[in-house]
Amino acid sequence: MGFLAATGRAFLIFLEATGRLALFTGSALSHCVRPPLYPRQIMRQMIDIGYYSLPVVGLTALFTGMVLALQSYSGFSRFQAEGAIATVVVLSITRELGPVLAGLMVAGRIGAAMAAEIGTMRVTEQIDALSTLSTNPHKYLVAPRLIAGLTMVPLLVVVADIIGVFGGFLVGVYRLDFNAASYINRTWEFLEPLDVISGLVKAAIFGFLIALMGCYHGYHSKGGAQGVGAATTNAVVSASIMILVWNYLITGLFFSTK
Amino acid sequence: MTASPMTTVPKIALKGVTKHFGPKKVLNGIDLEVAKGESLVVIGGSGTGKSVMLKSILGLLTPDSGSIKVDGEETTRLRSREREKLLHKFGMLFQGAALFDSLPVWENVAFGLIQGEHMPRSQAKEIAIAKLGAVGLTPDVAELSPSELSGGMQKRVGLARAIADEPEIIFFDEPTTGLDPIMADVINELIVQCVKDLGATAVTITHDMASARKIADRVAMIYQGRIIWTGHARDIDNSGNAYVDQFVHGRADGPIKMQIKAL
Ligand SMILES: Nc1ncnc2c1ncn2[C@@H]1O[C@H](COP(=O)(O)OP(=O)(O)OP(=O)(O)O)[C@@H](O)[C@H]1O
Ligand SMILES: [Mg+2]
Repeated sequence: MGFLAATGRAFLIFLEATGRLALFTGSALSHCVRPPLYPRQIMRQMIDIGYYSLPVVGLTALFTGMVLALQSYSGFSRFQAEGAIATVVVLSITRELGPVLAGLMVAGRIGAAMAAEIGTMRVTEQIDALSTLSTNPHKYLVAPRLIAGLTMVPLLVVVADIIGVFGGFLVGVYRLDFNAASYINRTWEFLEPLDVISGLVKAAIFGFLIALMGCYHGYHSKGGAQGVGAATTNAVVSASIMILVWNYLITGLFFSTK
Repeated sequence: MTASPMTTVPKIALKGVTKHFGPKKVLNGIDLEVAKGESLVVIGGSGTGKSVMLKSILGLLTPDSGSIKVDGEETTRLRSREREKLLHKFGMLFQGAALFDSLPVWENVAFGLIQGEHMPRSQAKEIAIAKLGAVGLTPDVAELSPSELSGGMQKRVGLARAIADEPEIIFFDEPTTGLDPIMADVINELIVQCVKDLGATAVTITHDMASARKIADRVAMIYQGRIIWTGHARDIDNSGNAYVDQFVHGRADGPIKMQIKAL
């Protein structure tokens, strides 16, 4: 009986949380498309996500491309398939590692910052103050972040793709002594538009999820500095897990029939 | 309760408003009316639900039961778009000032003008600087960030923000707390002026009896989540209510017992 009651209660709490998130998402999305929009807020968020994340995403991509070339060389040389390295690097980067690693880095950087900023605004009553100044907090705070996440993370991933492939190229040519021209040829040879497109679709969805989790946890934080800290942690952890789960689902959608 | 004239619709009318947090009942059936153009001061002990009452009227908190009418219209079940429109009528000074720390001081004050009334930024800035002047802050403060201000200065910026777009109804949550006595009196004058000149309806929460005497037309006392007394400001010293007497004169002994254990 006690067990049943506990299970039931946990299930109800789960339903409530899911419902609350769904309502939050629906409301925030509707504010993304209904004027007035706040161009200044959108710009600020775009710069924060798109520009200031460049160094960390670039470095991640560079070293990932480099290590990928190195690893596949040591693996593939066991069955004389060194020639496939360029292809392996470009496919892994564009389809998987570019969006996932950029997503995780941005989740740590931006998701945390969003949760902390909005959470602080919540506990210091700034969100209440917004409402009394006839400004809808979903429209002013959440919608610009969602729009920026949705548009900027794909751009970051384009950059990550290029830098990652370049990292593989550097290792391939300068360390593993491939011919530069043939490495570049090999990179292009088997690359299909869908490889890049699927990666960018992932990036857009990850960007949206990161901003959504940052805003949602910040918005519902309570209880001072400790509450804001918990919101920040929850935002990063939930965004990271969602990225990994959705990555699998999207990959399944794009490549299941092949 | 003194009878307010029933010929006109009260600006704000609360009836049987209750609100609890977890097991704790904070509002226990609040009945209160504020007439148009009136300045009401709400007094009452710390933690008795004064701020919660104001937030319930604004819809920042949803009451559990009861009715809240503004200009005769029920507001407890408004949708968010209607609520936004209703809040155009209101200005609020929060107890903790609640300034936007990502914006400079002048943009805080001009926020309602720029976002709510779509005024050009340069024009809104001029008005903001004028309002800052009215609360005793010089124009060079305008460019600072709120975190660079003292507590009393933040309070005054919050006040300037609350009155900037000349709302019909203004709530002041402890406007003079943390100010020196001279500046407190300047703020009292400013509140009186808002009510007299703009014809605004004001509800002020304060623990400062000097301030209450100066700005109140009427005083309401809240105790254990109910309004236990309302009356004219001039009757405050002979209210005939032991609770009010104790509060006004700030005595430790009386019907209001503080839950304190001796060391
Ligand atoms: N968001 C909230 N969640 C839980 N409890 C709350 C919340 N807001 C207020 N309370 C509780 O409601 C009670 C009344 O709070 P309120 O802020 O209205 O007091 P107050 O009368 O304004 O006091 P003060 O004069 O000290 O500002 C307090 O006991 C407080 O603990
Ligand atoms: Mg209070």
